[in-house]
Amino acid sequence: MTSRFREQVEEALFPPLVALLVALICGDLLILSYGQSPASVYRLLLEGTWGNAYGFGQVLYKATTLTFTGLAVSLGIRAGLFNVGAESQLAAGGFLAALVGLGLSPSIPGVIGVPLCMIAAAFGGGVVGAIPAFLRVKFGAHEVIVTIMLNFIVLAFLNWIIANHLHVPETLHTPEIHTGAIPRLSQFIPGFHGSAANLTIVIALLAAFGVWFFLFRTRRGYELRAVGLQPDAAEYGGIHVGGVWFRALTLSGAIAGLGGINYVLGYKHYYEDGFAGGSGFLGIAVALVGRNHPLGVVLAALFFATLSQGGLAIHAFVPKQMVEVLQGVVIIAVAMSVPEVRRALRSARRPATV
Amino acid sequence: MNPISFATQMIRIAIPYLFAASGGVIAERSGIISLALEGFMLTGAFSATLGAYYSGNPWIGVLAGIAGGLVFGMIHAIATIRYRADQVVVGIAINLLAVGVTRFFLKLAFASSSNSPRISGFPARLSAHGFDNPLLWMGLLVTPALAFVLYRTRFGLRVRAVGEHPDAAESVGIHVARVQYVAVALSGMLAGLGGVYLALDQHQFTDQMTAGRGFIAVAAVIFGRWDPVRAALACLLFAAAETLQIQLQGNHVIPSQFVEMIPYLLTIIALAGVVGRAIPPAALGKTEH
Repeated sequence: MTSRFREQVEEALFPPLVALLVALICGDLLILSYGQSPASVYRLLLEGTWGNAYGFGQVLYKATTLTFTGLAVSLGIRAGLFNVGAESQLAAGGFLAALVGLGLSPSIPGVIGVPLCMIAAAFGGGVVGAIPAFLRVKFGAHEVIVTIMLNFIVLAFLNWIIANHLHVPETLHTPEIHTGAIPRLSQFIPGFHGSAANLTIVIALLAAFGVWFFLFRTRRGYELRAVGLQPDAAEYGGIHVGGVWFRALTLSGAIAGLGGINYVLGYKHYYEDGFAGGSGFLGIAVALVGRNHPLGVVLAALFFATLSQGGLAIHAFVPKQMVEVLQGVVIIAVAMSVPEVRRALRSARRPATV
Repeated sequence: MNPISFATQMIRIAIPYLFAASGGVIAERSGIISLALEGFMLTGAFSATLGAYYSGNPWIGVLAGIAGGLVFGMIHAIATIRYRADQVVVGIAINLLAVGVTRFFLKLAFASSSNSPRISGFPARLSAHGFDNPLLWMGLLVTPALAFVLYRTRFGLRVRAVGEHPDAAESVGIHVARVQYVAVALSGMLAGLGGVYLALDQHQFTDQMTAGRGFIAVAAVIFGRWDPVRAALACLLFAAAETLQIQLQGNHVIPSQFVEMIPYLLTIIALAGVVGRAIPPAALGKTEH
């Protein structure tokens, strides 16, 4: 193991470990405040997630969406842009996938229907990502604020379409799609029966590999990282920063939008108002804890999915809202310890000359 | 449409925005990005409910609400100032944390996942249309008070100096971190008061009762170009749009979803600089200096 690699691993691993410790302590306090024993509640949390096939299937399902949104956010951060809009990009992607699935004839086989719906999903998210990209490049409008504001605008717009034009009476969801359904994992492994896990997880892993390959093995990816580290230097080195930013944020939106297929094609087979349910915002946490590396993102997605499924497992003893508190604590603790760990490691390595 | 009833309803809707946007202005003028207003409001509303419920006194509720906003403001301040954590990440995390914490303790205190029992607000006469509520007057006075502090006091000068040029401020002996701590603490308390107003006005706490109002306040701060008076005018404008939508309800002139978009659309337009470019304080969001 080279020392450079070891430094990177240390810098990547310490903050999540510190955060986990802080979260465990906070969790202890919350569990005790409810008059329960922390050890037995934590055991219940693990048994309800990784301890049985159904629970594990649910973890995989939730981790699938979070992988997409986490990849989306991390790709933006690699380019030096903060995409806070994954929530509405995810929703727009799911909506367009459902729209195409509804528009196609039922006679079209899945091998054609699924890719068409996927393209639609990526397109939907990509359009929502391209708006802040354009405003940033053209007018210098800060992408954080624009993506936050766009979340509200896009979600209100989708709500209007569903509520007024496209819902099954008495519900807030569209009719079922005619084609484009993605098979559930339980069709291959019967133990997953009843869980929402589906083959979208394979697409999520391919997306993670694709992002890794793009970032670290292509010229465009190198340019993107160069811009993220030092835009002025990149510009001086002949990279067109505006173009890189536009492509990065659009691609980021497209990846988040693609995540919409997990629910729409893989689980419910319709678009439902509010299905994103915070997965876009949690994508920020996933990117942060995963240190913006595709492998880290996949692992962090599993971690946050375990927490949110674990909340349901412990609900009989401690309110499931406990895990929402812990998610917040983990994010803040990681955000606090990242600069601190970096400083500490650097000063420890510095030769002791004065 | 009756102009008096329009104006009174608009002002009542604007009060939480006025509190929260004032908090946003002071934090951002000190250089700290303020995306946690929603979370401050929610904790303010919840702690006010706890205080008013257990004491039976709305003023205790007000104090408890301010304290709740202060605690979350200090979490934000310690994370971003002492530990230099990313301000956007921390702001969003605080909003998530506030939802989780209020839900958890709602369950713990009142064994409910949706709302608290009824609490006593300030005594109100129907004929006063809410104008006998002392918090409403505080909300109206917070803007001139903030403008005075920001532009006419030594502390306000320091806040502006720190937000524009922390190095220069440091070199003339200003303790940058201390000024930012005070500004962020104030923003937590002010936004918390916005939540207090909501809870006491509705006589209970309901899950996620702030419903995005903190982000409307963020929009008002930017649309008002980080100035207390212009931000307050933005709050009134956004409240007027909402009032119009409520009073026109049933006419189906414009779908409510499109009215909801107005503050956000205007803010994006302002950021893109179509009419009078919104330019933030120079050192906003810079963690290293």
